[in-house]
Amino acid sequence: MRVPLSWLRDFAPFEGDPVALGETFDDLGMVVESLERVGEGLGGVVVARVLDVRAHPKADRVRLTEVDAGDGVSRQVVCGAPNVAAGQLVALATIGAVLPGGFEISRRQVRGEWSEGMICSTRELALGDDAEGIMVLPAGLDPGVPFAEAMGIGADVVYDLAIEANRPDALSIAGVARDAAARLDLPFAVPEHPVVAGTHPVQDLATIAVECPDLCPRFTARVSTGVQVGESPAWLVRRLALAGMRAISDVVDASNYVMLELGQPTHPYDLDLLPGAGLLVRRAEPGETLVTLDGVTRRLGDGDDCLICDAEGAPVGIGGIMGGASSEISPSTTRVLLEAAYFDPMTIARTSKRLGLRTEASARFERGCDPEGIQRAVDRFFSLLSEGEVAAGMLDQWRGSPRPARIRLRTQRVNALLGTSIADGEIAALLEPIGFTASPAGAGLHDVTVPSFRPDVEAEIDLVEEVARHHGYSRIPPTVPASPFVGQLTPFQRGRRHLREILAGAGASEAVTPPLLGPGDHERAGLRAEAISAVDPLAREESILRTSLLPGLLKAVAFNVSRRSPDVALFEIGHVFRPPLGRRGVLPDEPEMLVVALADPAVGPGCGAVAAKRLLDLVLDAMHLPGARLDAATAPGLHPSRTARIRLRGDVVGHVGEVDPSVLEGMGIAGRVGVIEVLVEGLIPRQRSYVQARPVSRHPSSDIDLAFVVPDSAPAAAVAVTLREAAGELLADLRLFDVFRDDRLGAGRRSLAFRLRLQALDRTLTDAEVAELRRRCIAAVESAHGAEIRA
Amino acid sequence: MTGGTGGEPALTALVDSGVVRLETAVTPDELASAEAELLGKKSELAAHQQSLGRLPPEERKEAGRLVNEARQALQQAAERVRERVDAADRARRLAEERLDLTEVTPGPRRGHLNLVTQTRDELEDVFVGMGYTVAEGPEVETDWHNFEALNMPVAHPARSGHDTLYLDWGPPESTLLRTQTSPVQIRVMQDTPPPIYSVMPGKVYRKDTPDARHTPSFSQIEGLVVDRNITFGDLAGTIGSFTAAYFGASIQSRLRPAYFPFTEPSAEFEITCTICEGRGCRTCSGTGWIELGGCGMVHPNVLANVGIDAEEWSGFAFGFGIDRCAQMRHGLSDMRVLLDNDIRFISQF
Repeated sequence: MRVPLSWLRDFAPFEGDPVALGETFDDLGMVVESLERVGEGLGGVVVARVLDVRAHPKADRVRLTEVDAGDGVSRQVVCGAPNVAAGQLVALATIGAVLPGGFEISRRQVRGEWSEGMICSTRELALGDDAEGIMVLPAGLDPGVPFAEAMGIGADVVYDLAIEANRPDALSIAGVARDAAARLDLPFAVPEHPVVAGTHPVQDLATIAVECPDLCPRFTARVSTGVQVGESPAWLVRRLALAGMRAISDVVDASNYVMLELGQPTHPYDLDLLPGAGLLVRRAEPGETLVTLDGVTRRLGDGDDCLICDAEGAPVGIGGIMGGASSEISPSTTRVLLEAAYFDPMTIARTSKRLGLRTEASARFERGCDPEGIQRAVDRFFSLLSEGEVAAGMLDQWRGSPRPARIRLRTQRVNALLGTSIADGEIAALLEPIGFTASPAGAGLHDVTVPSFRPDVEAEIDLVEEVARHHGYSRIPPTVPASPFVGQLTPFQRGRRHLREILAGAGASEAVTPPLLGPGDHERAGLRAEAISAVDPLAREESILRTSLLPGLLKAVAFNVSRRSPDVALFEIGHVFRPPLGRRGVLPDEPEMLVVALADPAVGPGCGAVAAKRLLDLVLDAMHLPGARLDAATAPGLHPSRTARIRLRGDVVGHVGEVDPSVLEGMGIAGRVGVIEVLVEGLIPRQRSYVQARPVSRHPSSDIDLAFVVPDSAPAAAVAVTLREAAGELLADLRLFDVFRDDRLGAGRRSLAFRLRLQALDRTLTDAEVAELRRRCIAAVESAHGAEIRA
Repeated sequence: MTGGTGGEPALTALVDSGVVRLETAVTPDELASAEAELLGKKSELAAHQQSLGRLPPEERKEAGRLVNEARQALQQAAERVRERVDAADRARRLAEERLDLTEVTPGPRRGHLNLVTQTRDELEDVFVGMGYTVAEGPEVETDWHNFEALNMPVAHPARSGHDTLYLDWGPPESTLLRTQTSPVQIRVMQDTPPPIYSVMPGKVYRKDTPDARHTPSFSQIEGLVVDRNITFGDLAGTIGSFTAAYFGASIQSRLRPAYFPFTEPSAEFEITCTICEGRGCRTCSGTGWIELGGCGMVHPNVLANVGIDAEEWSGFAFGFGIDRCAQMRHGLSDMRVLLDNDIRFISQF
């Protein structure tokens, strides 16, 4: 909300440093987003009359104007604005003028035509935001008069304030002034603008009817006849410009002015364009349409939409949001009907959201306007119109003035919640200047009456906030509560951090990929899972929730590979989203997964699945997870013959292997990509558990190496299990240390060489014991796996 | 010389020449061959030894003593030389093992934790140090947990600021990607009776086009305290303690009135601009302060929604962006760099 300081001064005597006043706004929660000093640097800008406009011989976009700057000399000025027209009074920056922002005007040529100055827009003069066209000045000014003098422009300050959703009162100049004046202990008053009405009763001129008082609790109309639509006075145009609005005509400008000043939107109609000379307020029928002022056809009635119709029932506007084009004020309007209403905030919010249409009016109505403030706003509107005779009385359909809310406020509660020691007597002094009345209701109790412009205040807690705001947040002494708990991470959270650090230590870097994917992303990664979609997403590329981390991570791999990091090693820990296999719950399944992707441009041994398996071994060891079982398996997106399922304590927790080469090809990744995909929970016991110490033998150990020729059908892991069983408790360590294939071993067979370390806790093993164990191990493997010991 | 040891003069000469012979040795091999020559079985000294038996008994004892003395003299000399030769030999071997440690080719590289994770861990640790636990919850949430329970009923104007992504799950607009981690506050309050001291970090989602300051999914951390006699002053003090702990003692915090449906009184909290340390710069629009997050006293309606008596218990909540903390601390000019997962970026941290 743009708030000119000069306008605020209509309500309270704000003096002194504008920056300090800005800090007061901040302190009250009306955050100053910018503070602009305007009306400076207008020397050399004069009022000028456009005498003639003609085409530029060499340029389509700009035109040549002849202007009279009051010195009896007609000068040529090149102008690019579409709205320039002969007869207008404009602001001309003459040669040598330095505009706000430091732009100096000099005599220059535009495509071969001389320009003796510049016709300015409001933005160029730092008077507003309108850069689309030049600023057209009101009639009656004399060419040659300094612009600032003619327009009554002194230096001013414009604050752009961010107004919170709970402060409808502060969406007005008067409301901002009230709040700040209270904080600064300045007198605040809304000036009276009485309207001298004629004798002709309004009932003879127009009618109103409200069929849906739930959507529109108060609806009023007042009429003025003999209006001559013209231009607004310069001071009003300037205030609108400073507040960011463009002048249109005095009737429309007055409506906008009242909205900015008092926060009450109104809507003026050309009464002669309203069939039946009246307004009817009703619910929209499903499928009804209306062309709004912005030229868009709106479909209504898909919910509770409040329509303003002419007396015959044809829609002329969407209540509280935007009018239609049919009864717009035009230069030929002579009879004006002004609608001022109070709409149900929720209705406005819903309709506005449904239509995707937010306006200055809807922003105010949906937060809650002041139903009691309508009369004042209507009077203010007619006081601003110089022409016309206001009919006697106002048409007013009101369900009745609601009883003002009264709230019991406890001083003790205020202090208990704020940590302050505000005295009983201070409460009223803080609340009354902002419109509340607080009367004592016993020791430490106040009965507070809420003003009609503060619909946000509904309960004691809202009053506590108002007390805090005007007492000043910065005056509340800071304290730190002592937690009765020892702060610590859960075993799971500690385990997850450990897991991340192990992976990083082992060379993998952590990616965080977007959980929303685009159509086809899952399929490109070889997945064909049923995924959950976003409704009405902003971009298709971010519309489908991932069922796996793999698509995102492979995208990240491809990104890095294409930027010359072909051996990138990435991992990610994150949630994936899947419809549950069984009955649909309230929410989808959302497991937390770990995926590691190890890219390698080479395809030799040690790449892809081999690297992934080695990293998995390291991770399982680091997480103290012995006894993992790997079984050859297939999984979507993974290489059909280089993948294994991981089982821990009997549960499948994921897969290890490598990405299907056809997936890699589709993503432009050369070489192999090893993959681990596991459920994070599977790697981290929820229950805290500690590794129990095992004694270390003081007696020497004996190593035996056994190499077997084993058919491919027997997994090495199975041979290892047989060896463990055969060696029994004397086996201290077992490792596979060599694998090779050779024609001499025969097709479909390979040599597996194991080293067994044998050791007893209580003695040195004898040669005979070792020999016996060796014999037993060989016999067990040969008989269980069709293997042969190699000599 | 015949039939005798050659007597004392001969042995003295033998020792003298032998010592010279030993001392010329440079390598252990040279020493070994000199020793064999002088003290071995075929040495002159051995010959003397053998000749002792041929002497008359009365001479034999004296001659034997002389031969032994000669042997000892030579052995001592050999030991002296051995020390020198061995030391030289060790030195030579070590010199041969010379290695230019700067010519070693790099071994395996370490990986890097994501900047967002590192930031989150550090923020968690600050609050854990203050006696808080860390709570987590689902990213797909019900409308009730994300909005309704937080005092934001359907069509509440404050919802429009959330750019919510609803999901094709359950009845229309019943399920969404959480727009804040506040639904975890609701879940914590539903599951745990007060007192509660917890922080809730995690991903949140907005229907937002990525730009320099926003990405459609980002990380946030919120905090919740519910206990007896918790005040707005406690909130201000907690924010201040956190700010000093995370950003450093020179960074202050302040609270400014704001509006959130789930807290009242509500505040924005600002910290001293970390770029200019409060002097005023472009980042802070010359104010010396930058906005970090929102906070306030838990609204009584929210407490009521989870069955906590607002007269007996009170609480505060706060929240801010984890990515934003990383951005401020590490000078990220554009948040979109987090979306690429470019290893050249990740590995900087």
